[in-house]
Amino acid sequence: MAKCIMTVDDSVSVRQMVSFTLKNAGYDVVEASDGRDALGKLNGSHVNMVITDLNMPNLDGIGLIRAIRSNETYKFVPIVMLTTESQDTKKQEGKKAGATGWIVKPFNPEQLLGVVKKVLG
Amino acid sequence: MNKTVDAQSEIYKEEARELLVVLEDSLLQLEGSPDDTELIGQIFRALHTIKGSGSMFGFDRIAAFTHEVETFFDRVRNREIHVSKEIIDYTLKAKDYIKLLLEAPTTDEAPCEQELETLIGYFNRLVSEHKATKTQNPSSNASTTILSTQGASLSNTPVGLLTYRIRFSPAAGIFLTGTNPLFLLEELHALGECRIIAQRNAIPSLEEINPEQCYVEWDFILTTDKGIDAIRDVFIFVEDSAETRIETIGDPVDEEGYKKVGEILVERGDIKGEDLKKALDEQRHIGDILVDKGVVARDRVVSALAEQEQIKEVREKKAREEAALSIRVAAGKLDKLVDLVGELVTVQAHLSQKANSQIDPELVVIAEEVERLTGELRDNTMSIRMVPIGSTFGRFTRLVRDLSKELGKEIVMTTEGAETELDKTVIERLSDPLVHLIRNSIDHGIELPAQRESLGKTRKGLIQLSARHVGAQVHIEITDDGAGLDGTRIREKAIEKGLIAPDIEISNRELFALIFAPGFSTAKTVSNISGRGVGMDVVRRTIDALRGQIGIESEKGIGTTITLRLPLTLAIIEGLLVEVDKDYYVLPLSSVEECIELDHTKDTGREEHRFVNLRGHPVPYIRLRERFDIAGDVPDVEQIVVTDSGGNKIGFAVDQVIGEHQTVIKTLSRVYKNADSVSGATILGDGTVALILDVSKLSQVSRSEGSI
Repeated sequence: MAKCIMTVDDSVSVRQMVSFTLKNAGYDVVEASDGRDALGKLNGSHVNMVITDLNMPNLDGIGLIRAIRSNETYKFVPIVMLTTESQDTKKQEGKKAGATGWIVKPFNPEQLLGVVKKVLG
Repeated sequence: MNKTVDAQSEIYKEEARELLVVLEDSLLQLEGSPDDTELIGQIFRALHTIKGSGSMFGFDRIAAFTHEVETFFDRVRNREIHVSKEIIDYTLKAKDYIKLLLEAPTTDEAPCEQELETLIGYFNRLVSEHKATKTQNPSSNASTTILSTQGASLSNTPVGLLTYRIRFSPAAGIFLTGTNPLFLLEELHALGECRIIAQRNAIPSLEEINPEQCYVEWDFILTTDKGIDAIRDVFIFVEDSAETRIETIGDPVDEEGYKKVGEILVERGDIKGEDLKKALDEQRHIGDILVDKGVVARDRVVSALAEQEQIKEVREKKAREEAALSIRVAAGKLDKLVDLVGELVTVQAHLSQKANSQIDPELVVIAEEVERLTGELRDNTMSIRMVPIGSTFGRFTRLVRDLSKELGKEIVMTTEGAETELDKTVIERLSDPLVHLIRNSIDHGIELPAQRESLGKTRKGLIQLSARHVGAQVHIEITDDGAGLDGTRIREKAIEKGLIAPDIEISNRELFALIFAPGFSTAKTVSNISGRGVGMDVVRRTIDALRGQIGIESEKGIGTTITLRLPLTLAIIEGLLVEVDKDYYVLPLSSVEECIELDHTKDTGREEHRFVNLRGHPVPYIRLRERFDIAGDVPDVEQIVVTDSGGNKIGFAVDQVIGEHQTVIKTLSRVYKNADSVSGATILGDGTVALILDVSKLSQVSRSEGSI
């Protein structure tokens, strides 16, 4: 069974790029447009990893990470956040909330897969 | 790939246009309620996305400009700058400018330089006027880290082989960050020669264990040329949730001998110097003593021992590698060597024959010695020209990937026997036929994913490429689990093309062999990948020229296997020497199946039909005597050599079968280039020339002449 990765981003283009790259590499992908959408879709379903943007409407990335970590089913799921170079404080906040790793935007497909491989094995 | 990039940047443009509309709306609303944090947040996010995605899809100018505006709005969001009408005016102008950049072709100069400078100047001025306590300096730190996380290959220049000692002590709660330390172990292992020793002394008793906590730390002894940065990268995500100590042990090869276990432990700070001294006074294994005394845990000693071991191995390996240096030689020199060996084999055969006929035991002994040495020399020389087929296989992975994408198919290719060695020339000439066969499998063989699913197959088609040695041949198999060949269609087509008579009954195997006939293609439509019917007969010709054979096995709906059987080398082959009226001929042994007798004193059926009964199956035969217009009488008992070329059995009637012969192939001069039933010649021990017969050509020609 292919590993399933959830990509959470309010930008359709980023989501598409992430999704396209991961699908090509043989992963299953679930897309969510923000933190709230992500939690709704996560609810009980089989997800092995979450890749989330930080700035999002409704529920932002930090909030999403906290919510996932406090959920008994998903508390050990690797979470990678997408940050920009100007968000160093955000990154710290994300790490504190329980993010496994991060990818700095802009990134290319190889970098993305490198990080996925790193945390998902 | 370019297509997808284009498609994605189109998606980006679309999205950016929508975001710009949102941006404008929000700005206009903000004018009415300048304190609405929700609106400010929305504006910031829109800018942020335009910037972030822009840089990912190559819209660098948009990204750079939007970054300025975003930085400014971050201040607004943090309530350091208050919204004014002027700010909204400028932001709207900025929005228009982004729109301009978005629609402008990316290759041109930035449009309206002046506008750009005014806007950037304005935002920068506002930001610096409100210079707050914390500086939002884009952290160069963070951007360098991402460069390095993508792996050692890019960010690190090779620094030579070094050995590192790494202690990785994860915090107890590391699992709660979603980190699996085992993946880090694997990653580290991939960097080079690595020994991993788990330090288990902190593991509590079973009832005290909290399975959600990590109690183990690891010692690594890693020898790698990737550099220390590559090692740090492995641990980049766990900087905060683990303690990692990396030390260079140094280039272990320089030193004489290596440190004692005790020294290593002291150097690592696991024991103190005086403990070591005390322990040294006793004459036992130092590690055992230290453990017994309770100064150090058993695993620590194991780890130190591993370090010793690793260094020793690295040194040995280095020494071996230096010994096994290779040299490069021009291919021409090798060809010359092969030629000379060929001559030598011929001379040796001559010598052996002479020695045997002279009945001189001493000479026979010498001749046998020469024979043995020549044999070894021949095998060695041939092996120099051998190269593994793996690199050729590697090229096909890409082919399969690109083609299957183009055709909307999902295909996995596996290869087997990449280490199988073949003559360099054979491999070079084999590449095109293989490409063609694989293309055929992808295009005609493997079905579309949906179709496969409806047939109860897996979505992904499988193409297996394997190579293996079988005697003096290499067999290369291309297997797919696709639709298989359609015997009925091939038959129809063959009849239509006049390749077979409508009423003839032929086996599937013979039917399949027809797809290699010139101009044969059953594909209903011609695609640009395959289906023009030019390819398969070219494949066949190439394989024939390499003295190989092609076999096809296929079952409708289950798949097709195409087997190429190739000789290991082109210079020397195993042949079967036969005689017709004192003239000698060689048939390649690889195509010979068996020899049978044709006894004219018994009644073997009607002579003019030229069929011999082989265990109930009729096998057509060619009488070489007639084929080559050799005078003289047919002996009472002829021998028939039954050969198999591409699934067709055909016999050659000769006067006598002499036996196996190491055949050094001499190409015929250009004068004989039209003699296409002969592929070369060889010189026998006594100096006689024997012609090497091209079995498949010979049978083809005879077939088309209707003589069989």
